Amino acid sequence: MKPLWQWNLTDIVQALHRGEVSSEEVTRAFLERIQALEPRIHAFLHLEPEAALHQAREADRRRAKTQDPDTLPPLLGVPMAVKDVLTVRGMPCTCGSRILEGFVPPYNATTVQRLLDAGVIILGKTNTDEFAMGSSTENSAYGPTRNPWDLSRVPGGSSGGSAAAVAARMVPAALGTDTGGSVRQPAAFCGVTGFKPTYGRVSRYGLVAYGSSLDTVGTLTQTVADAALLFPYLAGFDPRDATTMDVPVPEVVLSQEPDLRGLRVGVPREYFVEGVHPQVEAAVHAAIRHLESLGAEVQEISLPHTPYAVPVYYIIAPSEASANLARYDGIRYGPRIQGETMWDIFFKTRGRLFGPEVKRRIMLGTYALSAGYYDAYYAKAQKVRTLFRRDFERAFREVDLIAAPVAPSTAFPLGSKTQDPLAMYLEDIFTLPANLAGIPGLAFPVGFDQDGLPIGMQLMAPPFQESRLFAVGHAYQSTTDWHTRVPPLHP
Amino acid sequence: MEYEAVIGLEVHAELLTRSKMFCSCPVVDLTEAEPNTAVCEVCAGMPGTLPVVNRRAVEYALRVALALECHIARESVFARKNYFYPDLPKGYQISQYELPLATGGRLPIRTSHGERSVRIRRVHLEEDTGKLTHVEGPEGPYSLVDLNRAGVPLLEIVSEPDMHTVEEVRAYGRGLRQLLRYLGVNTGDMQKGLLRFEANVSVRPKGSQELGTRVEIKNLNSFKALEEAVAFEIRRQIRVLEAGGRIEQETLGWDEARRVTVSQRGKEEAHDYRYFPEPDLPPLVVDDDWLEQVRAEMPELPWEKFRRFQEVYGLPEYETALLTADRPVADYFEVAVQAARKHGVREPLRVAHWMTGELFRLLNQRGLSIEEAPVPPEELAALLGFLQRGDINKNTAQRVLAEMFETGQRAQSIIEARGLRQVSDESRIHQWVEEVLQAHPDEVAKYVKGKEGVANWLFGQVMRKARGQANPQVVRKILMERLQALRRDQANA
Repeated sequence: MKPLWQWNLTDIVQALHRGEVSSEEVTRAFLERIQALEPRIHAFLHLEPEAALHQAREADRRRAKTQDPDTLPPLLGVPMAVKDVLTVRGMPCTCGSRILEGFVPPYNATTVQRLLDAGVIILGKTNTDEFAMGSSTENSAYGPTRNPWDLSRVPGGSSGGSAAAVAARMVPAALGTDTGGSVRQPAAFCGVTGFKPTYGRVSRYGLVAYGSSLDTVGTLTQTVADAALLFPYLAGFDPRDATTMDVPVPEVVLSQEPDLRGLRVGVPREYFVEGVHPQVEAAVHAAIRHLESLGAEVQEISLPHTPYAVPVYYIIAPSEASANLARYDGIRYGPRIQGETMWDIFFKTRGRLFGPEVKRRIMLGTYALSAGYYDAYYAKAQKVRTLFRRDFERAFREVDLIAAPVAPSTAFPLGSKTQDPLAMYLEDIFTLPANLAGIPGLAFPVGFDQDGLPIGMQLMAPPFQESRLFAVGHAYQSTTDWHTRVPPLHP
Repeated sequence: MEYEAVIGLEVHAELLTRSKMFCSCPVVDLTEAEPNTAVCEVCAGMPGTLPVVNRRAVEYALRVALALECHIARESVFARKNYFYPDLPKGYQISQYELPLATGGRLPIRTSHGERSVRIRRVHLEEDTGKLTHVEGPEGPYSLVDLNRAGVPLLEIVSEPDMHTVEEVRAYGRGLRQLLRYLGVNTGDMQKGLLRFEANVSVRPKGSQELGTRVEIKNLNSFKALEEAVAFEIRRQIRVLEAGGRIEQETLGWDEARRVTVSQRGKEEAHDYRYFPEPDLPPLVVDDDWLEQVRAEMPELPWEKFRRFQEVYGLPEYETALLTADRPVADYFEVAVQAARKHGVREPLRVAHWMTGELFRLLNQRGLSIEEAPVPPEELAALLGFLQRGDINKNTAQRVLAEMFETGQRAQSIIEARGLRQVSDESRIHQWVEEVLQAHPDEVAKYVKGKEGVANWLFGQVMRKARGQANPQVVRKILMERLQALRRDQANA
């Protein structure tokens, strides 16, 4: 039998349900794994092992006492981790920033609350680029997370802590957030499955805002089936988030038969251009051929506005961020650097406690919204944004799904792009369009490069068609084994 | 040169909803509640929290917009107004900017020059800020932040620069306050800051169509301050122009103590609020059903009531204005008129006079509102019934009303318990008159000889004998008949 820490979420849930394993055993196995690997990977910003074990024992007692196991919370006693931009009542929430050091929110994010209601045990909070701004987790004020496949490389970002934790099998699943690719890109870099829902499908309440019109809460798991398992617990209208949609959440039933006949898969030519690493391109093409071998019809499509994704995103997201981050002024919570005057407090607190990338984006956004520039930048970017939506609408009249690389390359070495923000921004070029259009996406491993680093592919579907992503991703994973590979880390 | 002032008003009215604009915290009285007790993670602007629109606040805003005959946007958009201040928890205020809830209405006003209307530019919804208290501590000054008010729904009503005199400013300000109170959306309490005025003032040569440079006056927390500040500013600007100077575009404050406007912020310090649509809130959709529902709940508007009171009750303008100033007063009047009719009092004007005269005087003495009046309208009507039937005279009625006010007793019980019912029985009064005439033969003789004034003295004696309970009209009638008879007898003798 595989050691417990290698089990995926679906296996754990089933084994717990059948009483083949206890929550304490499972939780302890992952906590031991964390203890062994955390010093090398630094996936976590906060851990509560004692509380977790206590809850696990509590879950076991509850399971032992019940007459009718069907009445138990369905995920009772399952350990998970949560990205540190989501609030968990009573756990510090730093967002990877000094400006929220020591801040303990007195409320749960809706996604967190729903997982807790389903019985999940939260082991801790995972590392992130400061306020989710970054593609490598190097922008965390608390030090970078390392890629479990190669500790000299980045795990991607901004949900690098969650992706690395799942890849290193420190947790079976974790929540992440995706504003411009922050779930899918680290999933690709770490060889795990990253799922981003439709904007409006999953509540943002308790997700510390970065780019409000782009932010989504997603999952990092070993398998597509695991993502599909978690999805119904996270999705659905939330009265606390006016941007969630009251659209029914379908029950996800994954077929045992990997049959993709009748499925039309579009391959956007703008995603296979110069700059994409040949090995990435080759692996993605191979994966698309694999879908074809399962019965899918593949056709080339065009998403003509793809080249404008980076400029449009880097106006809209920083503009929203410039307002979203205005609340960190040292007055009500978080550390304050005292000053002579009110303005002095503001300048010192914000000037010293925000990191350089956050300041860069606040400046960008403030500029783009300024009188005299608003029309040329923000208003224009919003107009172009509608063109992304139209690109996808047109494409989805011809195809059911779109398949493309997640990122142009595999995980890059730590420090290699930190001095060049533009090169870092270009990392997001293939993930940004889904956020700009608000459509769901799913990234999963489809191969490895010559350095043994994972390569990811993403599927994109029309709004609220997440189940299509799960069906196709699951068909792929039931006939391949890339997702079962474990990084060669020796505790 | 003759100058003309051009004035526009911007009004901020807190809406009297139970909960705040974007969260479920209660709206509390700042002067009563402990600081920071009506605060949650949403209105404290804590990380990750999101706003949700209070539909009741939208309905209150729609009432005002409908009353002002505005064009109501079927889709309006919330926007973020960005600036830093410790009383602004999120670092931005959720307001409306490019697409407000309502535009282009009018408020009818009445001045000594008659009726006209002031055009309304826009009506929009936003959230209020917290409140800072600056303290001089032993180790230096510091400030305290109270977030109880943060997130309270605020309605902004902006007029066109349509007013030209202080009288018009007063009529508009009071008219708008009256309307908000009628609609039940605001108490009109300016001292507590629930209703706040800002004035834009400029002057120009009379006859000119161009607008002069305007200043904005903030911090006007009473009608007195509003009127004085506008008057001061008009005079100041005319003086500056006449001396060949130029008006600076600036924001001024009103210094209550020195009664002058003082500069707060110049043009070059003007904020760039970097407005942009609030991504956390979808456009606010007002569909027909919702609008109809709000329309159906609309009360009679002040100017409608004014017209009806004149037409139905035949009241003069002065009394109408007094009785329709406030809805509870008007309601009291209407109940009293109805009840008075049952007691045989057919003239609404009589009810009006007793209310605006005696009742208001008593209320003012005690500092009570009409809702707190110890005399319900039915009892005032009953009292007027006794007066109408001649059971009591006017003086007695005034005394009885005061006692009703004091004790809360009914008119009837007071009149009966104190034996105040006046005597109209002619045989009783005849007897009193005869007794008085016999007791004062010298005075009677004087009258007979032609000294008219004595009649009044004798009248007083009869009333005294009757201990004030005699119907004075009957007394006077019988006394005069007797005296004239005596005079005739003398002449015939």
